[in-house]
Amino acid sequence: MSTPVLHINDLTVRLPAGADRENAIKDVCLQVQPGETLCLVGESGSGKSVTAHAVMGLLPKKQLVAVAGNVLLQGEDLLEATPDRLRDLRGVGMAMIFQEPMTALNPVVPVGRQIEEMVRTHTKLSARDRVRKVIDLMASVHMPEPKRLRRSYPHQISGGQRQRVMIAMALALDPPLLIADEPTTALDVTTQAQILKLIKELQAKHGTGVLFITHDFGVVAEVADRVAVMQWGRIVETDTTHQILSEPKHPYTRMLVSTVPSLKPKIRKGDDSAPIVLSTKGLHKVYHDKGWMQRGRSVKAACDVNIQVRRGQTLGIVGESGSGKSTVARCIVRLIDPSAGRVYLDDVEVAKLSASDLRPHRRRIQIVFQDPYRSLNPRLIVGASIVEGPMNFGVSKADAWQRARELMEVVGLDPNSVDRFPHQFSGGQRQRICIARALAMQPEVLIADEPVSALDVSVQAQVLELLDDVRQRFNLAMLFITHDLRVAAQICDHVAVMHNGEVVEYGATRDVFNNPQKDYTKALFDAAPGKNWDFGLLRAK
Amino acid sequence: MTDNTEILIDSAAAANASARSVSTRYLLIRNPSVIIGGVILLVMVLIALTAPWLGTTDPTFIDPTYRNKKPGAERIVMDDSDAETLWVYRMGTDSLGRDVYSRVIYGAQVSLLVGVTVAVLSVLIGLVIGLLAGYLHWVDRIVMRFMDGLMAIPGILLAIALVSLWGAGLMTVILAILIPEIPRVVRLVRSVVLSIREEPYVESAISVGTPLPMILVRHLLPNTIAPLIVQGTYVCASAILVEAILSFLGTGIPPETPTWGNIMAEGRMLFRIYPHNIFFPGIFLALTVLAVNMLGDGLRDTLDPRLAKRLRA
Repeated sequence: MSTPVLHINDLTVRLPAGADRENAIKDVCLQVQPGETLCLVGESGSGKSVTAHAVMGLLPKKQLVAVAGNVLLQGEDLLEATPDRLRDLRGVGMAMIFQEPMTALNPVVPVGRQIEEMVRTHTKLSARDRVRKVIDLMASVHMPEPKRLRRSYPHQISGGQRQRVMIAMALALDPPLLIADEPTTALDVTTQAQILKLIKELQAKHGTGVLFITHDFGVVAEVADRVAVMQWGRIVETDTTHQILSEPKHPYTRMLVSTVPSLKPKIRKGDDSAPIVLSTKGLHKVYHDKGWMQRGRSVKAACDVNIQVRRGQTLGIVGESGSGKSTVARCIVRLIDPSAGRVYLDDVEVAKLSASDLRPHRRRIQIVFQDPYRSLNPRLIVGASIVEGPMNFGVSKADAWQRARELMEVVGLDPNSVDRFPHQFSGGQRQRICIARALAMQPEVLIADEPVSALDVSVQAQVLELLDDVRQRFNLAMLFITHDLRVAAQICDHVAVMHNGEVVEYGATRDVFNNPQKDYTKALFDAAPGKNWDFGLLRAK
Repeated sequence: MTDNTEILIDSAAAANASARSVSTRYLLIRNPSVIIGGVILLVMVLIALTAPWLGTTDPTFIDPTYRNKKPGAERIVMDDSDAETLWVYRMGTDSLGRDVYSRVIYGAQVSLLVGVTVAVLSVLIGLVIGLLAGYLHWVDRIVMRFMDGLMAIPGILLAIALVSLWGAGLMTVILAILIPEIPRVVRLVRSVVLSIREEPYVESAISVGTPLPMILVRHLLPNTIAPLIVQGTYVCASAILVEAILSFLGTGIPPETPTWGNIMAEGRMLFRIYPHNIFFPGIFLALTVLAVNMLGDGLRDTLDPRLAKRLRA
């Protein structure tokens, strides 16, 4: 093999005093060869980003200090480099793309000018050549109409296009090393597939070495040549992608890989004769952008949605961001009022009930939200959050607290921790508490709005298991909203695929997954990262 | 293995959390602005409360024979039993022969009373209006337009107009300063409520059927406390200043009650010859306002670190 583009030797970065561990990363060794993609995988807090930032020289001064080891970029030690030298190297020697392209781009400068700035700083091209170069670069990342779009501001182009601009900027000067820090995490699955393809294509063309940071094993299976797994600041295993995914040696890697849900739908024996608890008929939600003295625009967030959920079954609503899946959930819970259509809870129509008439029905339908960090009032002990609902409906204080303790046990937490505050729990534990709060109302319908999207993959598996467990135990009808096809495959009896506010395909999970009918559904499944790799295999072993 | 992971993550999170709660309190006592501001303010409050025992005489006693004495002027006073005592005019006398020291000390009472009363009342009233306006759209539309109208008029001008309408006096001065301050507090509370009401935990509370007043008190009110305490100190400082300005302009508290503002107003004529008439009350006024503002800044830094970071950046 030739000399590596990036060679990290025993790198240790110290955390400030008072943190939960002494070092952010400890004794990290990595090599990235030219033309190779090394995936750095780990759960949140494992030190992936710190490693990347240390390479770029972007560690926050004085808070995080590299205390040992060295980082060699084509043989040059970056930790020894002067700030001036580092500035020269960024863009020319190495470049980075970030997770959120909206915040990584300057919102008040046209994107073409931002790419041009990169060229202007590091080369002596004339103004006309620079513009030509920018147009070439934008064409090379497959931006439509580069001549027109280079004058656009970041908010005028889509998220995928913003990420393309970031990539054009990063690769403007053909750096031998590209660091990609979760570049597709904020993107929809179809856009993600395009961006991954683009990175691969450009890498093949320029022979760039890529250090790709991700938490998603689907993405790993898609892009990586080799994989390094990080846990608590240490690299626990480095091997080829095939080895890591099929025969991981370290127990942590094994645990991580085996918790990735399979895309193959589970065989579920839902009782299709069970009574329908929740159904919608022609549900519409239109947002009017009514301004003062200006004509209103309207956006159809949900259009003619007809779904039904039977007792003891799970209906998944699958779709990309902006498809209207959360709007449907919020209309059903009446957090927002539907514009038209009906929502039936058993036989009761709840869509048009007034606030006071609705109140007795609130109990029967409960919701668990995506973000466990914002779903619990940070100033109340968790027990108080759990008993709030029952006490609203006249349950005595003693009974409600007794029930709260029982429910903490049901969701797998210590019943005595009811008097702790939310910040004393981890994300997965908070989501368990949210589930306990929903169960405290003894609901008939449980709506889960992306309940595991904010969680790490190992915790995600546990929470999914819990949700499925409580569904069975309390015979709940569950409406499960997710963008993650893998999760939907594992937990849903039926799925409804939504796109632009409409349900484009609706049926039993196995039918939809194995034999999608509509073009959009096919494209969606096709874009799922790592679709050719069945992570379930490892579990079976 | 997986359970183990979560427990470990959890203990780390818990350790972090407890470290954070300790450090807030720790920062509060360690913050230099809080200490300096707090100490000066405490001294001022003590001065105001113990004014009669601080070697003062009647601040309204007029003595035509001892007009315009410089600070440190001495006088021998005979009392009823012919015993002689040496009396020192620490800050001199004004053009009516009144003891400036006594007037300044007693003046602290009015200034602090006005400052604290306006701060407390504006925060309380603003809190109620702001909570309702932030949560109920129809209240918002009506109330906020009214508040916009109030904010369009310069505060001092409005206060002068109100005092001249109702006649001078402590109560009217407090009211006149209070009214222009309310919209600022309402806007603050409303903005906090608008951002918090979108939080999932508020939506959860709605979906478990919590009635509106409970949502306001339990879930929204606590989040407004920290910014309100900070805003309260700024209102207090501004009220002290506005009271002084009103008194200085002669539209505030009537001259028989000494306030820093009207002491300075009366000293204005002979300012070039006898600067002490303005100097001493001016120093007290400036120190007090500075102390309150420092306290406010310190509280903001510790109670609302995010805002502090934004301001510094």
